[in-house]
Amino acid sequence: MRNAFADEITKLGVSDPRVVLLSGDIGNKLFDKFKAASEGRFLNCGIAEANMMGVAAGMALSGLRPVIYTITPFTTTRCYEQIRVDACYHNVPVIIVGTGSGLSYAELGPTHHSCEDLAIMRVLPNMTVMAPADEVELRQCLRAALRQNGPVYIRIGKKGEQIVPKKDDRFEIGRAINVREGADVCLIGTGTLLPTVLEAAELLQAHGITARVESFHTIKPLDIDTVRSAFSNYSVVAVVEEHSRIGGLGGSIAEWLAQQDRMQGRLLSFGTDDDFMHEVGSQAYARAKYGLTADNIAAKVQAAHAKVRA
Amino acid sequence: MTSDTLALQKIAATIRGRIIATSHHTQTPHLGSCLSCVDILIAAYFSALKIDPSKPADPDRDRFILSKGHGAAALFQVLAHKGFYPEAMLESYGQDGGIFAEHPPTPDHLPGIEAATGSLGHGLPIGLGMALSARIQKRSYDVTVLLGDGECNEGSVWESAMMAAGQQVGSLMAIVDFNKWQATGRSEDVLALGPLVDKWRAFGWDATEIDGHDMASLTDIMGRPRNRTGKPVAVVAHTVKGKGVSFMEDDNNWHYRIPNADELAAAYVELGVTA
Repeated sequence: MRNAFADEITKLGVSDPRVVLLSGDIGNKLFDKFKAASEGRFLNCGIAEANMMGVAAGMALSGLRPVIYTITPFTTTRCYEQIRVDACYHNVPVIIVGTGSGLSYAELGPTHHSCEDLAIMRVLPNMTVMAPADEVELRQCLRAALRQNGPVYIRIGKKGEQIVPKKDDRFEIGRAINVREGADVCLIGTGTLLPTVLEAAELLQAHGITARVESFHTIKPLDIDTVRSAFSNYSVVAVVEEHSRIGGLGGSIAEWLAQQDRMQGRLLSFGTDDDFMHEVGSQAYARAKYGLTADNIAAKVQAAHAKVRA
Repeated sequence: MTSDTLALQKIAATIRGRIIATSHHTQTPHLGSCLSCVDILIAAYFSALKIDPSKPADPDRDRFILSKGHGAAALFQVLAHKGFYPEAMLESYGQDGGIFAEHPPTPDHLPGIEAATGSLGHGLPIGLGMALSARIQKRSYDVTVLLGDGECNEGSVWESAMMAAGQQVGSLMAIVDFNKWQATGRSEDVLALGPLVDKWRAFGWDATEIDGHDMASLTDIMGRPRNRTGKPVAVVAHTVKGKGVSFMEDDNNWHYRIPNADELAAAYVELGVTA
């Protein structure tokens, strides 16, 4: 995903002279093509994220389109007040890209995990929050973000994520993309867990349960039409995210659901626990620890579906 | 002393009187912090800055950011006097539903404002971003950021100082309103602030110190052409908190105290202005 980001931002830098790329001392060699193609518009801001965010806001106030790139905790929690005041309060087009989000850097320990970013970003007024599933969605997110006139946060993975095939590649901020049709349950995925969600749908199919799958590349604004349709037509609506079950997409949908008249669907939320992972492990290990596997998702959805029908 | 300097000093006295009156009428604090930076603001807006109040969004205008946002009451008066908006607008100061709060609003809500400040340590990074933008967009405007001495406690100020020096952003000037006080004590005691001029110099800036109430020195240093690819410029301006009114000067109670009617009248007499 980060190579796709480097490639896409290089293209966007060429087509739009307002694009400036700010890095927090990461991406060694990754942006060589951008630097060559857009001379003077790459700035290594060093390990100083608070300043980097303010610099980006100052650039956006001056008519440029700054794109900030660094590891997720350092471009979110580290400089949160600068995001809130400089980018969101001023409502300027700063694009913040968090790389290695969720549990991508599981083996680096909790300092490098980000299972809170969706919650703290979506609470900010004026902020748009996106989590592309793969490099195709990432490129679409970036292009759409550049057409926005306010701040955008995009959380991405690291590298080697598989591309999810889709019939329909139309992209619009705040409009989920249907990736699978189904009649019994609805699975909502966001970010790089989407292939796991599709795998869970396959497992359910083997048990005679057909699952609709939606890719929520946008967390905020919430696609209420799709959410309403899901809870109106399915027994179970499961939200799957590599993020805390507090405050992320599941939390956002729960906030909405609690204020509706009684709806048919029951919400199931899959995400990380309210803790820090102290033991060492790969991303796959970490996902399994928090139940973010196709087996676990399918089993829980199947049980909930059986209960609703009983 | 030139007639220009005298004229600027007269404007400064008028603005000081209005700030104190506003504090009295609207119960707005931070009087001491406002009075210490009045002369700097007057030198900037009435001498140094290339700005046209009828074109507040001119892309080539010089930028001035009041990073010590709690000096807003002073900035609001100066911008009105300069003609960015009618002085009568200030009658709504502090009223419910109004725009004049204790800190500057966002630029889209008040002409002349370049950045909404109030949380300290934000103005220099934003100003640096504006100065870097001028370089990228091949424009020739300058950026000046006014910091408080207490504000220099914030780490983001020094992050920004390092990047500005690293990028050789000579169009950027940071002025420190060094009034020797922060909210709860002497700024040299709360943290190890000094030696302030040496600090800026060690961070790669062309640093100098001046009397922050000497109008001729202020207009001189702010009016000098900047070396656009050289060192950024730091000006440590020695000031007196509460400057201009003897019973407020260097008394940190006036960080939060509000003047009563008698004190307002006494201030008017000392400043040689009328209501």
